[in-house]
Amino acid sequence: MEKNAEHTSHVHRDDEADKLGMWLFIFTELLLFGMLFLMYAVYRYRNPVAFQLGGEEIDVVIGVINTVILLISSATVAMSITAIQRGKKTQALLFLGTTLIIAVVFLVNKYFEWGTKIEYGFYPGGEALLELGHGTVLFFGLYYIMSGIHALHIIIGIGLFIYVFQQIRAEKIHKTDYVWLENTGLYWHLVDLIWIFLFPLFYLIH
Amino acid sequence: MSESTTSSKHVSFLEYKGKYKGLLGWIFSTDHKRVGLLYLYTMLVFFSIAATLGLLMKLQMLAPGHTLMGPQTYNAMFTVHGIIMIFVIVVPGLPAVFGNFFLPLMIGAKDVAFPRLNLASWWIYVIGILVVLSSQFIGGWPDTGWTFYAPYSFQTPVNIVPALVGATIMGFSSILTGINFIVTIHRMRAPGMTWFKMPLFPWTLYATAWIQVLATPVIGITLLLTLMERLLGVGIFDPRLGGDPILYQHLFWIYSHPAVYIMILPGMGVISEIIPVFSRKSIYGYKAIVLSSLAIAFVGYFVWGHHMFTSGMSGRALYAFSFLTFLVAIPSAIKVFNWVSTMHKGSLLLQTPFYWAVSFIFVFMIGGLTGLVLGSLATNVHVHDTYFVVAHFHFIVFGGTGYSFMAAIHYWFPKMFGRMYDRSWANIGWVTFFAGFLSLYTPMFVLGLQGMPRRYYDYLPEFHAWHIFSTLGSILMIAGAAIVIINLVRSSRHGQKTSEKNPWGGKTLEWQADTPPTLENWEEVPTVTQKPYEYK
Repeated sequence: MEKNAEHTSHVHRDDEADKLGMWLFIFTELLLFGMLFLMYAVYRYRNPVAFQLGGEEIDVVIGVINTVILLISSATVAMSITAIQRGKKTQALLFLGTTLIIAVVFLVNKYFEWGTKIEYGFYPGGEALLELGHGTVLFFGLYYIMSGIHALHIIIGIGLFIYVFQQIRAEKIHKTDYVWLENTGLYWHLVDLIWIFLFPLFYLIH
Repeated sequence: MSESTTSSKHVSFLEYKGKYKGLLGWIFSTDHKRVGLLYLYTMLVFFSIAATLGLLMKLQMLAPGHTLMGPQTYNAMFTVHGIIMIFVIVVPGLPAVFGNFFLPLMIGAKDVAFPRLNLASWWIYVIGILVVLSSQFIGGWPDTGWTFYAPYSFQTPVNIVPALVGATIMGFSSILTGINFIVTIHRMRAPGMTWFKMPLFPWTLYATAWIQVLATPVIGITLLLTLMERLLGVGIFDPRLGGDPILYQHLFWIYSHPAVYIMILPGMGVISEIIPVFSRKSIYGYKAIVLSSLAIAFVGYFVWGHHMFTSGMSGRALYAFSFLTFLVAIPSAIKVFNWVSTMHKGSLLLQTPFYWAVSFIFVFMIGGLTGLVLGSLATNVHVHDTYFVVAHFHFIVFGGTGYSFMAAIHYWFPKMFGRMYDRSWANIGWVTFFAGFLSLYTPMFVLGLQGMPRRYYDYLPEFHAWHIFSTLGSILMIAGAAIVIINLVRSSRHGQKTSEKNPWGGKTLEWQADTPPTLENWEEVPTVTQKPYEYK
């Protein structure tokens, strides 16, 4: 240690770089989901009737509820960023906590939505599904894959919210250093945006 | 350019003692130079394994029939050889080793933009490798070939799951490195280094990083879908459930064709560094090289269909993909033209890095021209899935990435280790390797034209003579590789010590740093006033 005492580690901070990195990560997410949308397009083109009938089986009410609360959560996370910019810690925690709760509620709804279908045997490899023919198998296959990978992103989001919540409480994230919260917000908007496309494709188009 | 002062208190990154000692001081170090060397050592180990598998396959092909191994072992061998060589060696290859080590030095930065993420990339990479290798203990080696084609990949009795998961994990490592390099190049260039004063290796890293960011997620989702297909039977690629295996091929090649540009672009960057230094001349057509790198990265996205000419596609799509394939050859040819023009009337310095660079141009040209044979529809139908493809692929990828890797390590070795390698052994190694390489792969072109299919453990007696030729070549090449590697490994410990900053007379920034560089590279970040490669 003595040998290198004169080397004090240089602390480098560049919020712009952090945000640029986050945007690049968002590009990768768009490509990932983009390929899934591509597959949806191909298989819908080949099986129009089965996809139409499949869409009628999906619970629109839960879909609408989840869409509305997810949009609200995007607003609350943005409000949390504004609050931290103004130095209002309690307000920021409140808005972030709301977002966190909404994310959990989204997953609970998803659990009931999937649960009902699995009960009826509508899952990959399920007998009830296999009887309905190729188009329906593909529709539900894509439904579980796409909303499943989206739900995985919600779970990761919950993890991020818990971490950021702790950091705000510990004053590590504050008025002049809040890029972690901002990037978490960016990520959450992406999760929201993808849902905005998933919702009509599976729940609305008949 | 600024002159940095030397003083006795400088401690090189190799001797620096941080929080941890010994091995821990390496595997927990966020210093970009140590991370680069971690990748180098990992690759050295796995290259030796995969090259041994390659040699064993060539020995099996020495005579027709079941000699060394049977069909199942042979399938497992070319699969594991492919997975290791592609995902562990050539995709991360030059960016992970030399990009990590030299990108910050060449643009005058103290480190990459996200040093901790950089170290995490290496850890993720190692975890991915271990997951792939775990297949040895749970269900046997994969036998699908490195392409994991549907529907075989979810029907084969051996356990393909670890290979799929491991390859996906390594994809994350590649994405994170790409993000890191783009941000580093955007935000951390030294004062005065405008975009068009940036050296060419960082430029190619930049083009490569964009491909890593925009193409790798596609292979990630494709492999995950294959995994779900195998474990859950979702039906996406399974024709029995209405899925389309051709769609798998499309998704796979949407990544894997741009991926060959991930492999080759940084190599082109290295050659563009070495040629002007050893010709003592400014690079000819700096901007043309920059723009052709970006053009390759861009057009490379739209040629994936040429891997599928015999898989079943509409006639129009075939013409379009064939045309675009010819188009992507143009920027590569521009580079070759520029390198040769740079050497023209230069005062050539005949040293090991230059030999590797020139032989790169030679094998790359053969690989590129045979690529056009494969890219044109009429000839492709005849040589598809034959040894012709194997030969072309190894000329481009091994000839491209491998030779530029060798050129790079002989060029930057003194800067990295503060020691010089034995030059005569390095040259003997190069000659042996080059002769072995040509006699290994050239017969494969002939075999392919005669109709020898790839991935067969056995063959008809009429192919015997060329196979003997090829196997003897492989032994010679492995001997050459062994000479080169042993020379470098020995020299990194016992080579002649040097602290000379600029042994080759290079003009780029890394040659102004200490040899070997200190922890944060610079006492004072240099200011750039000139273009790179300004020889008078």
